Order: sequence, then C-alpha cells, then structure tokens
Amino acid sequence: MWNYLLKRVALALLILFGVSALIYLLSMLMPADYIDNQTAAAVQMGTMTLDDVQRLKELYGLADKSLPGIAKSYLKWLTSALSGDLGYSFVYGRPVTDVLSQYIWISFLIAFISYLLEIVIGIPMGIKASVNQYSAYDYTVSVFAMMGTALPSFFLSALLMNVFAIRLGILPLQGLTTATKIFPHNAYFQILLDKAWHLVLPITVLTLLGVGGLMKFTRTNMLEVLNSDYIRTARAKGLSEHTVVYKHAFRNTLIPLVTSLSGMLPGLFGGAMITETVFAIPGIGYMALRATQQGDIPFIMGYNMFLSILTVLGMLISDIMYMVVDPRVKLS
Amino acid sequence: MGLLDKWRQIKQAEAEQGIDHTMYLTLKEERRISRENNRIIRQFEREKNRKNVPEEEYLTKMRDPNNVVEFENLHTYFFTDVGTVKSVNGVTFDIPQGKVVGVVGESGCGKSVTSLSLMQLVQAPQGQIVSGSIRYQDRNGKCYEITKMPRDKMLKVRGKEIAMIFQEPMTSLNPVFKIGEQMDEVVLLHEEDATPKMARERSLEMLNLVGIADPQKVYNNYPHELSGGMRQRVMIAMALSCTPRLIIADEPTTALDVTIQAQILELLRDVKNKINGSIMLITHDLGVIAEMADYVVVMYAGRIIEKGTVREIFHNPKHPYTIGLMRSKPSGKTKDNRLYSIKGQVPNPINMPNHCYFFNRCDRAIEICAEEYPEMVQFTDTHSAACHLCRNGGLMDTNSTKEQR
Ligand SMILES: Nc1ncnc2c1ncn2[C@@H]1O[C@H](COP(=O)(O)OP(=O)(O)O)[C@@H](O)[C@H]1O
Ligand code: SF4
Ligand SMILES: [Mg+2]
Repeated sequence: MWNYLLKRVALALLILFGVSALIYLLSMLMPADYIDNQTAAAVQMGTMTLDDVQRLKELYGLADKSLPGIAKSYLKWLTSALSGDLGYSFVYGRPVTDVLSQYIWISFLIAFISYLLEIVIGIPMGIKASVNQYSAYDYTVSVFAMMGTALPSFFLSALLMNVFAIRLGILPLQGLTTATKIFPHNAYFQILLDKAWHLVLPITVLTLLGVGGLMKFTRTNMLEVLNSDYIRTARAKGLSEHTVVYKHAFRNTLIPLVTSLSGMLPGLFGGAMITETVFAIPGIGYMALRATQQGDIPFIMGYNMFLSILTVLGMLISDIMYMVVDPRVKLS
Repeated sequence: MGLLDKWRQIKQAEAEQGIDHTMYLTLKEERRISRENNRIIRQFEREKNRKNVPEEEYLTKMRDPNNVVEFENLHTYFFTDVGTVKSVNGVTFDIPQGKVVGVVGESGCGKSVTSLSLMQLVQAPQGQIVSGSIRYQDRNGKCYEITKMPRDKMLKVRGKEIAMIFQEPMTSLNPVFKIGEQMDEVVLLHEEDATPKMARERSLEMLNLVGIADPQKVYNNYPHELSGGMRQRVMIAMALSCTPRLIIADEPTTALDVTIQAQILELLRDVKNKINGSIMLITHDLGVIAEMADYVVVMYAGRIIEKGTVREIFHNPKHPYTIGLMRSKPSGKTKDNRLYSIKGQVPNPINMPNHCYFFNRCDRAIEICAEEYPEMVQFTDTHSAACHLCRNGGLMDTNSTKEQR
C-alpha cells in the first residue's frame, strides 16, 4: 500500500510539472498581456510611445513571446518556484505567496462551514431517501437536489440576493463589512457578528450547490448496500430496521463517503471564484479572477499550482482514508 | 422482400401459433400497471405497519400439533413494472418437528421466496404475501399466523426461533465487522440479560461446535480473511447460537467446492442431531436431498407438483417432472448433479398459462393437459402429485401418452 502511495506521489509530481508548463504557455500566449492592458489608454492618448511599452515589457519579462523565449522564462519561473519563490504579482505588487496566504483563510472559512452544513444536511437526507425509495420524500428531495446541482452559482446567488437582500432587506447584499456602520475599536464582538452576517448568503449558496450532490451520492451508495446479501442476513438475525440501516448499512456506506469527503478537504482552500466575486468577498477566488483578467502571470501560475497541489493532496488523503475505513484494504 | 416485411411475417406466423417471446407494453399499459401496483402495495404496507395489534389477531391453531411450520395455499407475488410475478402461487406443505424437509426445483421456481415469506423477508414493497397462511408453533406451543404478524413481533422470531443460512457465504457476512461482533450481536439481541462476556463465550462455543479449529482467531477475523467454506461454517454457527426451532438452509452448499460441500452437509446433519430442531433444506441437488431429508417437496414455477417422504419420491415418483429429475440425476456422487437437463423452459412467470405449467416440456402430455391445471392427487397420507395422469391412481394406469400414440 505504501508503495502504491509512493507511486501516486511520483505520478502527481509529473502531472504538476506538465500542468505548470501548459498553463505557463497558455498565459504567455494570451493576446493582450498585462502591460498591453495597463498602457493601452496612455498609448492612445499619446502620453506613451510603443518603445516605452516595449521597454516595460522587457522589465516584466513579457517581451520575448517566441517559443524558445517562453521556454527560457518558464525555466526561470520553475527554478525559483522550486525554491519556494513564486515571484511578484503584477497586479497586487506583492509576493504571490503573501497574497495567497492572506486571502485563502476567508475562502476556507466559507467553504468549510458550507462543507459541514452539507454533511449534516445531505447525509441524513440521503439515508432517509434511500430507506424510503420511490416515496414522496425521495422524489421531493431528489428534485431539490437536482435543482441545486444544476443551477449556475451566479444565478442562484442573484436570486437569493434579490429576495433576501433587496426585496426583504434582511441580509446584506455584498462585501464583508457594512460600510455605513462605524464600530468603536474595541467592539470586536459586534464586528465579528457583522462579518458573520455578511457570510450568511455566500455560505447558503455554496451549501445549496453542494448538498444535492452529497445527498445523491449517499442515497445511491445506501441503496446499493441495502440490497446486498449481508443486509438480508442482518434482517434475518432479527435486528430492528434502525440497527440494520444505521449500523450495518451505514457503516458500509461510510467507506465511499469518508474517502470522497476527506479528499475534498484540501480543495476548501481553493476559493469559490464565482460566488466570491458575485458577493464581493475578498477571498482567494475573487483575487484570482481579478489577476487572471489582467494577465498577471506570476499570480496565475502561483494560484494554479496551489490548486493543483490541493487536488493532489486530496487524492492522497482519500487513499489513506480508504485504508483506514475499509478493513479489506491491507496496510502493509 | 424487405427485412421489415420478413420480420412481420415471422411475427404473424408466431402469433398464429400463439407464441409470444416478449411482452410488449404500451406506455399507457405501463402507467396503468404502475398505478395499480402502487395502490395494492400501499394497502399491504399499511396493514403491515400497524402498531399495537392485539395478539388475538395473529394467534392461530396448527392443523397438526407435531408441525413447527405449516404453509397453506401461500401466494407471494412481486408487483413489478412489467406485471405481477407470481413467484409462489398456492404452496401447501408442513415442516414437522425434528424433521428435515427438502425443497427441490429448478432455479427461479420460488424456493427462496417461499422461505423468505416465512421470515417476512420478501423484498418489500414490491414483494408481498398476497394470500394464504403460514402458521408457526413456538417452544411453548403458541401458534402464530406469520402473514398477519406485526413487524415488531416478527423481530423476536427471526434469528431466535427461525434462523437462516444463505447460498452465498462470500457476501452474506458484513465485510466491515469482525466475525465475533456479528455473532455476539445475535446473542445480545435475543437472550435475556446477556452480557458481552456471555455472548462472547457462546459465540466461541458455537464456532467450536461447527468444527472451526481455532475459534479464538476466527472470532477476531474479518469475513474477507476466511474462505467460503469457513464463512459458511460461521453462518451456521451464527444460526445455531440461539438454538432455533427451525433452520432454513437456502442452498447452503451450492456456491462451494465439491469437497467443501460434503463437509458442510456432514456438519448440517451433525447439527440437526445435536439441536433436535427442524431443517428446511432448499437445494437443487437431489443428492443432498437423498442424504439429508425426511420429506421432499418438489416445486415447479411457483407451485408444488409433488411431495412425499424421501422413500416415496425416490422410489415411486409420480409426476413426469419428478421422474425427469430422477433420470437426470447421475448415479454416482459427481459434481454436477444439477437439475438442468430437462429440455425446454419454465413458462413466463408473469403470464402463467391456465393449463399444466409443465405442458411445454412434458413428453407424456395428453389432451386435457392443455386445458386445465391438474389438481393434487393423494396417493398415501404423505404422498401426492399434481398431474392429470395421476387421476386414475397413478402414472402407470394411463396409456394414452404422447410416446405411445
Ligand atoms: N425482488 C424480486 N423482484 C421481482 N421478482 C423477484 C424478486 N425476487 C424473486 N423474484 C422472482 O420470483 C421467482 C422465484 O424466485 P426464487 O424464489 O428466488 O427462486 P429459487 O427457486 O431459485 O430460489 C423468480 O421468477 C424471480 O424472478
Ligand atoms: S398434467 Fe399433463 S402436461 Fe402436466 S405433467 Fe402431467 S402429463 Fe405432463
Ligand atoms: Mg434461491
């Protein structure tokens, strides 16, 4: 098993390398780079010449867009990245690692709370739906789950904003703090409460988007387990339906649940780009979108590498958890 | 001629001969079936879910106090999307105290569903006991009507009074719990004021009883660490742990190697002598029946076509199907003494004919066989068969069989 994990890690490193090269190439080939974006207005008004622009591009390392040129600058990026230095963000003017470490936390907080909510809502609902297969409850829950998974997040966000922030006015529309309120410096609790209040809608959106999938996943796995021979054995022993479902069946459903849920944990740091943007939450997803729109190559590279590493970590955690919860997988 | 025309021609010809390979359902029919099913199922489920049912409603009397279980005209149907599958379609037989009753028949003839009906374990909601009765007599001489018994009362019968051993030892144990845990559970559930320590001792004792050399080790094993034969031993040990009055063994050796089969049978026989209970032994292996059973019930397409003592069935079979089974059974103890060697197929369980179900495969059919279903003819107190040829007192009396015509 450890051998297998080692192989997984080696493969992951290879994939990371390939992904980084590809993303680098693609971002270098974007038609208008960061300097073009920044200087377009000035050039038009005649305050800057094309020579100035070219000099700026050289300064930023964006001048040579030929393949060998890109390869050279990629290698430069790679060597410094391997030593932990992801370079300076063009847009934010700070080291990429600084920006990452500052903004991932709010993203993680939102994602983690909705992750917990999804678990406490989705799993019991999935179990109940599977136990009452084809009942009115099952159909209702399935339809809502499908709606939640199928709705685009910006649409769902807009809908909830419209209803709760604009029409009813009971929840804030955007941002993380109420701009019109001035809190005394020592009112930590009030500030915290205000922030939490702002997070209600984004968390609701993320929960609604994710809970349907988890519910379906639980339901499908429970149904499979409930139809297996050992459940018939459990019933033939005279165990109550409650024990059969929540002990014998659920303990088996826990295997796929734990492996997939634990694999999702690292990804919670990755940020929810669309939702954060719609709600103007200064999380890492929001920051990444802004940087990407402006061609901030160091940030794009840093952020995407961060995401890839999170994915790889998720896979590893999944594998390890699988060994922990399934006695059939030998730890040797 | 186009392919389509040809196909139509074939279908036309088949229709004229009354051959129908598949059931074609229009959307409307399908919806009608589904609506009808839902209605029926809801009715049955409501009945079963009733709480605080007074005991008088499901107390009954045995026809013969020497029986542990009496099936009478049992009908168990599955209400599926393509129609009603009459899996058990009027089954009547007894399981006497301390005897082994063998139930034989081809795969799909309703053996398992009969036994699951007795445990109230037919896959709900589609599967329902539609009519008939199953009477069960407990140790104190109290008789229950299983078909009317509320669910919570049934939990006290399962595993304690009637235990079950299944065909697939590889999948019948829960993969995530240790053997010990799964065994202790039964004892803790059914024995009054059982302690974990007591349960553990009982489990180890049972493992020892079924011939497991190192009970301590097996007790701490997970199912996947054991072989098929070992798992079946564990299943038997588990079934024995509350000394049930009846053990249902549903093809307990079918999934095992030949050598292991013999060992498990040996064990079952051993166990039967030790616990003085009854066994309902389901199998499609006549060799097993010959060695183990006192009485034999032969099923075909959801009905009993012949039943009797082992002697009667083996030495004096009356029904052409039973005779066919005897003939297809190899004399020696080889590995493939299964029942598949009679030509032809069982009729579609959704569209049962109104004549003898064996008609399309029977080489002795006479005219009346295509017209009505034969009634049970009694030969002795214990021996009876359902065949038109038997009406004059036995098969040999009739000479207008197909062969001779
Ligand atoms: N859950 C189910 N749903 C629909 N039909 C079923 C179900 N279980 C059994 N049947 C049908 O009932 C019939 C008898 O099955 P069974 O008792 O398992 O046969 P066997 O004699 O091999 O044990 C078969 O035709 C089978 O298709
Ligand atoms: S009733 Fe007729 S068709 Fe049926 S088994 Fe007897 S002889 Fe054959
Ligand atoms: Mg069966």
